[in-house]
Amino acid sequence: MEVMPKWAEVTLVPLISLLLAAILSALVILAIGEDPIAAVNLMVTGALGSTYGWGYTLYYATNFLFTGLAVSVAFHAGLFNIGGEGQAMLGGLGVALACLLIPWPHWTLALLGAAGAAALFGAAWAAIPAFLQAKRGSHIVITTIMFNFIGAAVLNYVLVNLMRPAGSMDPATARFPETTHLPTLHDILAPIGINFSKSAPANVTFLIALLACVLVWFLLWRTWLGYEIRSYGKSEPAAKYGGISPTAITMIAMLISGGLAGLMAINNVMGEAERLVLNAVEGAGFIGIAVALMGRSHPFGVLLAAILFGFLYQGGAELALWTSIPRELIVVIQALVILFTGALDNMVRMPLERLFLMMRRRNA
Amino acid sequence: MSGSDTSGRQETAAPAIELQGISKAFGPVQANKDISIRVMPGTIHGIIGENGAGKSTLMSILYGFYKADKGEIFIAGQKTDIPDSQAAIAAGIGMVFQHFKLVENFTVLENIILGAEDGGLLTPSLAKARKTLLELEHEYGLNVDPDAVIEELGVGMQQRVEILKALYRQADILILDEPTGVLTPAEADQLFRILDRLREEGKTIILITHKLREIMEATDTVSVMRRGEMTATVKTKDTSPAELAELMVGRKVLLRVDKKPAVPGDVVLDIKNLHVVDDKGVERLKGIDLQVRAGEIVGIAGVAGNGQSELLEVLGGYADATGEIRVNGQPLDLSGKHSDGRSRRARGIAHVPEDRQREGLIMDFSAWENTAFGYHRDPDYQSGVLLNNAAIRADTEAKMERFDVRPPNPGLAAKNFSGGNQQKIVLAREIERNPDLLLVGQPTRGVDIGAIEFIHQQIVALRDKGKAVLLVSVELEEILALADRVAVMFDGHIMGERMSAETDEKELGLLMAGVGN
Repeated sequence: MEVMPKWAEVTLVPLISLLLAAILSALVILAIGEDPIAAVNLMVTGALGSTYGWGYTLYYATNFLFTGLAVSVAFHAGLFNIGGEGQAMLGGLGVALACLLIPWPHWTLALLGAAGAAALFGAAWAAIPAFLQAKRGSHIVITTIMFNFIGAAVLNYVLVNLMRPAGSMDPATARFPETTHLPTLHDILAPIGINFSKSAPANVTFLIALLACVLVWFLLWRTWLGYEIRSYGKSEPAAKYGGISPTAITMIAMLISGGLAGLMAINNVMGEAERLVLNAVEGAGFIGIAVALMGRSHPFGVLLAAILFGFLYQGGAELALWTSIPRELIVVIQALVILFTGALDNMVRMPLERLFLMMRRRNA
Repeated sequence: MSGSDTSGRQETAAPAIELQGISKAFGPVQANKDISIRVMPGTIHGIIGENGAGKSTLMSILYGFYKADKGEIFIAGQKTDIPDSQAAIAAGIGMVFQHFKLVENFTVLENIILGAEDGGLLTPSLAKARKTLLELEHEYGLNVDPDAVIEELGVGMQQRVEILKALYRQADILILDEPTGVLTPAEADQLFRILDRLREEGKTIILITHKLREIMEATDTVSVMRRGEMTATVKTKDTSPAELAELMVGRKVLLRVDKKPAVPGDVVLDIKNLHVVDDKGVERLKGIDLQVRAGEIVGIAGVAGNGQSELLEVLGGYADATGEIRVNGQPLDLSGKHSDGRSRRARGIAHVPEDRQREGLIMDFSAWENTAFGYHRDPDYQSGVLLNNAAIRADTEAKMERFDVRPPNPGLAAKNFSGGNQQKIVLAREIERNPDLLLVGQPTRGVDIGAIEFIHQQIVALRDKGKAVLLVSVELEEILALADRVAVMFDGHIMGERMSAETDEKELGLLMAGVGN
């Protein structure tokens, strides 16, 4: 018998966790002598009060969606992929190569090609830790973390020594050609009469991220491959008994995970910067872990969590811009949200379960 | 509700332990309901009940692991609070757990003083313990080499160390939780002799078990628990196994398996010179030869850990081996390359694994997801890359009905079914595929008596359809009741084979202990 009804499990627990995080954040803001209500107002209007704000919120959310889904797929196979950051960096390299080396006739084809390259490079970067885990038993948490650093170093080398245009002082590639520029939400929404902000970076990749959400759900809960991934993640001895190869599932799940993380690059590299710069990922790979935790590794939960973190990012940037609340405090608020929604799950869950039990007993 | 022992009141001594109205709930589950019990000093009191009846909860309350929601504990007539195990030890209660709490690479002496050291220096403690140990040995006949390292001792000896640990802490009341689960029959007999001696010296013993035979042999009084309630407390000499079984289950149960003599046909499983070496390089199977014919049940008896699990793993396709196995005349791949659960199933081998919660089921998956498990790539369960969820659900519903799984809800997670119903889900999945060979490991471990009956019937029914069954169980009674032929394993060898109609527990017990033909 379930102690709590399903709806309470998926709505009440995260909402109460969020509320607690918000209250604590408010206290912190009070403690440094600022007005928490004004701060919340500023965050909400800054992130959600205009199409400009939404454009940024959704742009960040797109990044977090890809990395959150990446972490979720690996989670379902019982693997903790901390390497989203590195995989997304390498995905960026794939995008840059695809955009610079191939003369694309139209952005749609360029998008397909770049997405393929991004996924391929991300998957390849996940493949090595996956292989080491599957065949040698090297712990994937350790190897993926190390591969983040290796990835950063590789990118540094490639940008400085190989891809930097002659004469440029900037460790970045040349700008991508015009035909690879992706339509922004402004371009997409204008024909149907919606005037979306022109300067916000949200672009067509957001729709691809939504599609990825649906596909991941479909993979995990409708295909036998997803069934095998989830089985292996829940119980390795059972998977072995059932004839599911641990090696194969570890490899496949990590390749999909790495591919999803790599796909993020079509948003930030192709859609926004339109060239590859150092540190293009900006920590989105790590935020993906929090997003997956908060979203309970379910694609729909990941979507909501990604939008929430998009809001926190954009709202936080607004706070830093217009108040004397330092940038570091924004990080504190984000950390509180992660702490309460991800790590302190049981702190909210246990009292809630007790409450539901009491209610049930009184009714019985 | 309470059938407390009325004769106890005529005795003058205060009961060694008296529990009054103990209740304990875990969430929605009422594990103990208003339990009262009196145990007189110098007696062996049995507590019997099915898995989940609340025996272990009750003892955990007595040993201070859980706090009762309601009720009182009296030790030797004194009302006593037992908030933690330290308090229990101070009150003179010692506990011998089913899974020993010993440090494997410490000596006997070091284990005995662990947690009961005097002062910061070890040497005086060890010297004192050595002296006390000698006295205890003299008093109770419990001889153990104080300098032996635990991992080098047999299970029976390790259990003695646990008992000595309790006695060293001056326990007057000993609680033993399923003490014979890991012992050979001979070792169990030894244990009961020790318990007798302890009783003669005035100790009070509580014996928790689900084995009726042990209760009848060893105890003075017995309390029966069912669904968290104490349904009766009776003098052992006034009751019978059949009556106790009925009290445990709440209805009449068949203690023997009803089956016709086997009609063995062709050889289905033919194992020749099978060797298995585990990851650590230890040889687990040292040349096994075994045949199972169509229409017969072959039981593998033996104390846990003598290679039975490895044999099942090799046959089930997830351990590498050398040697030869033929099924219906065709060789099985043992190299590990093409040997996996899926190809084994394709060869008509179904497998009910020993540990259903670890291997047989995925506890977080729903019943229907579990029903597809291992067969999820079969044509009737999939269409292209997709699983045919609707077909699996419908099939699960039908299977649940045929196997009387309760509640018959395919969407419920496996962890929410009782042990017996979990096992029925696994059994339905494996048997209903109509395999040529069924491997069954510990089919009734942790399963309530009512379900045991049903599970045994299903296995016999498969045999009567002319299928081969290989049964592994550590319950000798189960092997004797179910198997037509018994092979005894010891230390990776088959010590001997007997027709079950022509052997008894004593003979098999000797083979299990490695005493050869």
